[in-house]
Amino acid sequence: MQVTNKLTPFFENLNFDRDDNTMVINFGPQHPSAHGQLRLVLELDGEQVVKAYPDIGYLHRGIEKMAENMTYNEFLPTTDRLDYMAATSNNYAYALAVEKLLDIEAPRRAQVIRTMLLELNRILGHLFFIATHALDVGAMSVFLYAFREREFALDLMEDYCGARLTHSAVRIGGVPLDLPDNWLENVASFCDKVDYEIDHTYNPLLQENRIWKMRLEDVGIISAEDALSWGCSGIMLRGSGINYDIRKEEPYELYSELDFDIPVSDRCDSYGRYRLYIEEMKQSTRIIRQLVPMYAETSPELMAHAPQYISAPKEEIMTQNYSLMQHFVLVTQGMRPPKGEVYVPTESSKGELGFYIKSEGEPYAYRLKCRAPSFFHTGLLQEILVGTYIADVVTIIGSTNIVFGEVDR
Amino acid sequence: MAQHQVNYASSAGLPIALTSVDKLVNWGRSNSLWPLTYGLACCAIEMMASGASRYDFDRMGTIFRASPRQADVMILAGTLSKKHAEFARRLYDQMTEPKWVISMGSCANTGGMFNTYATVQGVDRIIPVDIYLPGCAPRPETLQYALMMLQTKIRRESADMKKNTKQDLTVQTGRRARLI
Repeated sequence: MQVTNKLTPFFENLNFDRDDNTMVINFGPQHPSAHGQLRLVLELDGEQVVKAYPDIGYLHRGIEKMAENMTYNEFLPTTDRLDYMAATSNNYAYALAVEKLLDIEAPRRAQVIRTMLLELNRILGHLFFIATHALDVGAMSVFLYAFREREFALDLMEDYCGARLTHSAVRIGGVPLDLPDNWLENVASFCDKVDYEIDHTYNPLLQENRIWKMRLEDVGIISAEDALSWGCSGIMLRGSGINYDIRKEEPYELYSELDFDIPVSDRCDSYGRYRLYIEEMKQSTRIIRQLVPMYAETSPELMAHAPQYISAPKEEIMTQNYSLMQHFVLVTQGMRPPKGEVYVPTESSKGELGFYIKSEGEPYAYRLKCRAPSFFHTGLLQEILVGTYIADVVTIIGSTNIVFGEVDR
Repeated sequence: MAQHQVNYASSAGLPIALTSVDKLVNWGRSNSLWPLTYGLACCAIEMMASGASRYDFDRMGTIFRASPRQADVMILAGTLSKKHAEFARRLYDQMTEPKWVISMGSCANTGGMFNTYATVQGVDRIIPVDIYLPGCAPRPETLQYALMMLQTKIRRESADMKKNTKQDLTVQTGRRARLI
């Protein structure tokens, strides 16, 4: 038998010739269904998985370490590269944590814009999930349809911030820009389109599809106890019948004022989770529709007023000497938040995304920790893959909706 | 019809008798470039978007393949970490000749914003790169343009791959590219 220790762990000295009747296969890190760079080492008995070891770290880029050598504003674009399907949700989670550290609040209009962008990004992430999950299971056409809608959402993001993928559309203390002309009409028609396509494309294609149901039903069962003890969040938790959504539990931004439901499924399988993704997209469009009239009632401030942390508006900088001085110090040295530590959870499209920041009063964070949902869902794989068939492994990985930018960081 | 003046004395490439074969082979190679689905990070999403409905790479004869044995071009889309570098080299070696490499995005070109202990500062330290594609992340149009550039490059090359110069990694680092 293979002897593993700290110096020669299981992954380094894979023993493919086994004494017992099992077979070891290596999955990834370049598997088209590995959702990035997941490497799985599977021990098989016939076609059944006996043991599964997820090996992560193939996309480790040292993002948390980078945060310790960057000013707070400098680090914000780096958060785009965590969960790159829905970049704004990372920007927002980070900005919210820093705002809590500074004890400031974004103005009302910025909050409306942020919530809209967050929900738009949730749709982006969920459409991507539908696309890739269907592609992994073998339904190529769903991929093409979902990416068609995704491009419209990306157009909206591009109209707002100029970037398709890495948005950086949120700033600490607010948002950088007001909405461009016609954006609200476009986002409303996009919501109509998403709702229409869900009813006329995705549901007819998938919901009652015999093959889709055979591949997904009773596959990847996560019991409520497992989901809790492995630290699942988001849809992985709600797919196991536990009604927990941070937007409801600890409301941030405007979520306490908005009227929306949290879909929960007690099926515990991949099919239930797929249904939740579809339902959440409908809820997101519902939220965006409520936000559109709220925008008109707000005053045009976009950034919080806290001159010692956040630069004053451009007119003030150009006319008032003291504002210019503060702006100069903020740009050259960076803001210096008070000493303290803070953790703020938000509900991203994958689950609970939170940033822990410890500040020593310097322009650089003493420690920054990103609590990414996908990391916990990757760990869960070693529990739920055992006993499943090799053909279902890809379905289960797809159903966890992990993204390796935030697993490895 | 375009009138070409060919100077046989100075034109490089295979002998005159094979010139038309050159063109025929390159026509075939450049119009059916099958890339390997080698998504590493964020750029992979844009690579997928290029293959999907709006940008539709299939019309250029570009169909993504999951196996290196079936692929002609490796689009390295994303950050290459040191832990993954070994696999990148192995996949490149597994691809059959002729093969080309597109380095997509700043991370693959130079390490980009991730100048850290974990990231390879440019994939050209591991494998020879034909086209560098700037951007973080590059738009699908950029990838499309890069593929068209690669097609132009292939059409200019000799069909005999031995005559085409590639970036030579052996000089710098010994027989196998050293990883760290």
